[in-house]
Amino acid sequence: MTLVLAGWAVLLAKMVVLLALVLAGAAYLVLVERKLLGRLQQRFGPNRVGPFGLLQPLADGVKALLKEDLVPQGADRFLFLVVPGLLPLAAILAFAVVPFGSDLTFMGQKVPLVLADLDVGLLFALSLSSVGVYALALGGWASNSKYSLLGAVRGIGQMISYELPLGLSLVPIVMLAGTMSLTGIVAAQADLPFIVLQPAAFALFFISALAEIKRVPFDLAEAENELQAGFHMEYSGMRFALFFLGEYVNMIFLGALAAVFFLGGWHGPWLPPMAWMLLKTAVMPVLLIWIRATLPRLRPDQLMRLCWVWLAPLALLNIVATGAIMLLRG
Amino acid sequence: MGSNDSLLGKAFKGTAGILRPFAVTASHLFQGTITEEYPDYKRPLPERAKGRIVLTRSPDGEERCVACQLCSAVCPVSCISMQSEVRADGRRQAAWFRINFGRCIFCGMCEEACPTLAIQLTPDFEMSTDDPLKLVHEKADLLVDHGGRDPDYDFYRHAGVAVGRDPGTHPDEEPPVNPRSNFP
Repeated sequence: MTLVLAGWAVLLAKMVVLLALVLAGAAYLVLVERKLLGRLQQRFGPNRVGPFGLLQPLADGVKALLKEDLVPQGADRFLFLVVPGLLPLAAILAFAVVPFGSDLTFMGQKVPLVLADLDVGLLFALSLSSVGVYALALGGWASNSKYSLLGAVRGIGQMISYELPLGLSLVPIVMLAGTMSLTGIVAAQADLPFIVLQPAAFALFFISALAEIKRVPFDLAEAENELQAGFHMEYSGMRFALFFLGEYVNMIFLGALAAVFFLGGWHGPWLPPMAWMLLKTAVMPVLLIWIRATLPRLRPDQLMRLCWVWLAPLALLNIVATGAIMLLRG
Repeated sequence: MGSNDSLLGKAFKGTAGILRPFAVTASHLFQGTITEEYPDYKRPLPERAKGRIVLTRSPDGEERCVACQLCSAVCPVSCISMQSEVRADGRRQAAWFRINFGRCIFCGMCEEACPTLAIQLTPDFEMSTDDPLKLVHEKADLLVDHGGRDPDYDFYRHAGVAVGRDPGTHPDEEPPVNPRSNFP
């Protein structure tokens, strides 16, 4: 009995730590993005609140909480109020299957550094990342605004399209690792990270992930020039902040996925496994910020063309090629 | 991109075209920032920058303004108003002088029009306030105790009062010519 209770306590503690880590990470990723983007554009970024602007996320949070929470006339009230929570919820839930290190021994007990080592962890992660589509669609529809609806429709088309190459680009990884469990995939990279064996898959995954979280150069769902802010245009205050938070949690999540699938997860010399995992998770967000500072936005038709004409067939080709090589090598 | 480029050449050019901007933005990381942090660092403005308007004094500490109304007349937004009075010794001055900085566009035409160099624009531009009435400056607010940009100029030594001196004895004035000396 006590063992069961202890197990629950450990699980609860892990959940609390993970949640705090993810939320603080997302809040400070916003700061990192603003600072880094500033430096890439030869300006400072936020540096007024606290030393080096380190308390800026706190100030942003207070500001978002104190702002007026508007519900537009004619909006579907219930959906409008509920939907903003969906995006961060799905993104945070997906962290349940991300392994942050090998087993830890704590008070004589083995504690795996993952909340739930699902056998279908990859499917779980991908399916939760598609729940974000619902947040986008319902948010755009519930606002009762043409701009929001247009932004949502464009965003849905983009996200659904890019889920295909995103999923397909990971098939070779599953083939190589022989498992869909994220822990198993990381364990299979003990000798060699999969990015060395599957650079094409990584490129496909990276581009698809970029489009999946709607960031520059694929941020068509919220193209300010033509759509104001797209699906979340009518949202204000904390509800807008939740959409924002979801986007940044998603960035971290995709960073974690890239680390798990391609960069070898927690494996690495010298540093403790957890540090390696966190470092590798940070690679993707930094790259995303760098891209945001560099590339202009694509047109919607270019975006769709890239997905269906190039990425999806290339992903299929990559699967076939991987299978052929595996077959030849036995 | 010429039409005779090979596919490989096109691919190479395309890749370079995507990658080069990344090198450019990355190089910005190491070039430092070009931001001026305004409240912390105030850039010294040129002396002739057009900001807050002042009324200056002549070298002997008297008011330069003779209330000639020229600045008020030339002001395109009519933000300057005044009333003249004559002192006991015959000098003119402004009984009151008022500039509504809420309307002022800092064009500097008042300064151009002023014959006595009394009204001058200063580089001080920090005038924002949450009370519009504070933007209406009276003579006491406008008067400063220095000569501004041209501290040595003194209008009343040249003109403006009945001085009772003989012709040719004013500063910078040549003595009158005796027309008879021009006779052949």
